[in-house]
Amino acid sequence: MKGAAKRFVVDWLEGLGRLAILARESLASLFLVRVAWRDFLYQLYFIGIKSQAVVIITGAFTGMVLAANTYFQFHKVKMDTATLAVVSVSMCDELGPVLTALMVAGRVGAAMAAELGTMKVTEQIDALRTLATHPVDYLVVPRLLASLVSLPLLTIESMAMGITSGYLVGVFLLGIDPAYLYHNMVTYTKGVDILIGLNKAFVFGGIIAIIGCYKGMTCGEGAEGVGRATTEAVVYASITILITNFFLTLTHNELLRLFVL
Amino acid sequence: MIEVRDLRKSFGRHPILDGVSFRVESGESVVIIGRSGGGKSVLLKHLIGLLQPDSGSVVIDGTNLCGLNERQLLPVRRKFGMLFQGAALFDSLTVAENIGFPLARERRHTPAEIRRKVAEALEMVELAGTEDKKPSELSGGMRKRVGLARAIIYQPEIVLYDEPTTGLDPVVSDSIDKLILRVRDRLKVTTVVVTHDMRSARTVGNRILMLHDRRIYVAGTPEEIFNSTDPVVHRFVNGISVPKEHYF
Ligand SMILES: Nc1ncnc2c1ncn2[C@@H]1O[C@H](COP(=O)(O)OP(=O)(O)OP(=O)(O)O)[C@@H](O)[C@H]1O
Ligand SMILES: [Mg+2]
Repeated sequence: MKGAAKRFVVDWLEGLGRLAILARESLASLFLVRVAWRDFLYQLYFIGIKSQAVVIITGAFTGMVLAANTYFQFHKVKMDTATLAVVSVSMCDELGPVLTALMVAGRVGAAMAAELGTMKVTEQIDALRTLATHPVDYLVVPRLLASLVSLPLLTIESMAMGITSGYLVGVFLLGIDPAYLYHNMVTYTKGVDILIGLNKAFVFGGIIAIIGCYKGMTCGEGAEGVGRATTEAVVYASITILITNFFLTLTHNELLRLFVL
Repeated sequence: MIEVRDLRKSFGRHPILDGVSFRVESGESVVIIGRSGGGKSVLLKHLIGLLQPDSGSVVIDGTNLCGLNERQLLPVRRKFGMLFQGAALFDSLTVAENIGFPLARERRHTPAEIRRKVAEALEMVELAGTEDKKPSELSGGMRKRVGLARAIIYQPEIVLYDEPTTGLDPVVSDSIDKLILRVRDRLKVTTVVVTHDMRSARTVGNRILMLHDRRIYVAGTPEEIFNSTDPVVHRFVNGISVPKEHYF
């Protein structure tokens, strides 16, 4: 029992170390080796453009339910017109980036792990290495870069959808005065809120790509290995996103206190 | 020149290679034979640094591969071409993109040049006109030949072939053997071939090494090996099993 626990901790730390090495190698390659732009463009299309439907639906319905719920509570204390301000601030700071990242992790992280995992078990990654191509240069960097670019853009889309649909629900379904609703939203949402959201999205983009690629490249043998790598990529990426989000929120707040106020 | 010194490798608790040593001179072709599951593919992967040994060393033209990291291995690997036992084609790329891959990565050729060279290479392996097929549309033997074309298209100094003729019909096998010899002689390529095909071993090899009991059991010219009186070698090259009478 004690041995198993010890092995678990050691394996976990070892995995974390290898993940860090992969991240470092990817960054080094990003700056030192010429990026394969064609592959980057394809990944941008796959991660950025093809994820939009999921992200838009998530953003819209989150904004709607948030507007309705906030209104039900705020109506009791006669603060109806502050509804959209709450929707907008939470969409920008937390819900936009986090939900977008979770949805993309499920779609893209899984695809990365499955693709690289299959390449690993069918010796395609070894073949790549014999052709004097570093797997990190050819496989990881385009995915990482595309993910870093896509996530902030998708997050903006999700924020916009959330706020718009919140506005529509507020005005047409709940009957709040549109002028005050809009005015309060603009007053309470700062540009810095959007920046915080984008910064988070950027970090989450890195997390999704690095964990997805890591799980694929270290995948176990056979179909079972690929299956496990795919599941683990999604689960680990999601958990890492949620945990990182908490610390990013704290850090951002602290930075704001220091530099803005 | 390839020099392997006292190579040891085990997977988990199973030793696969235990003190393998040999040399392959520049321009020479060496055939490695041995029982299935004996570690030939593992040995071949050590030569190009895909696997790192537990101890011992692999020296390519004076560079010791052991202990080099992935990026330091890249320049050494540029000298190599390798045909995998399972061909290991990139299944998301077409045949032409597979074969042209090393040229496209070098960025020294125009697309038209690459197309011409790919067509030539396909001609050599008797697969002309399959450029736009995906690997999944090919038979096993065709995949093997595409893998072969990809391994030699950039004219490497050393080529490693893992069972180049298994799964091919006798006529194509013979043409692949001749291709291997042509590549060796025309470009002075150092050649290492792993094979179970004794006819091919006899034609292709300047020397034959037999991997047995986790080390190099004998080494010699094809004549020496095929006329050997050693019981292990004799049984292997003539394909004689030790009957297990008590089963039936
Ligand atoms: N990645 C690996 N992990 C664990 N064991 C392995 C691995 N690769 C090979 N082996 C083991 O090493 C041994 C030798 O395998 P190898 O593929 O080198 O055999 P081989 O001589 O090429 O056989 P064949 O002629 O059938 O291709 C086998 O027993 C195999 O189980
Ligand atoms: Mg083999």
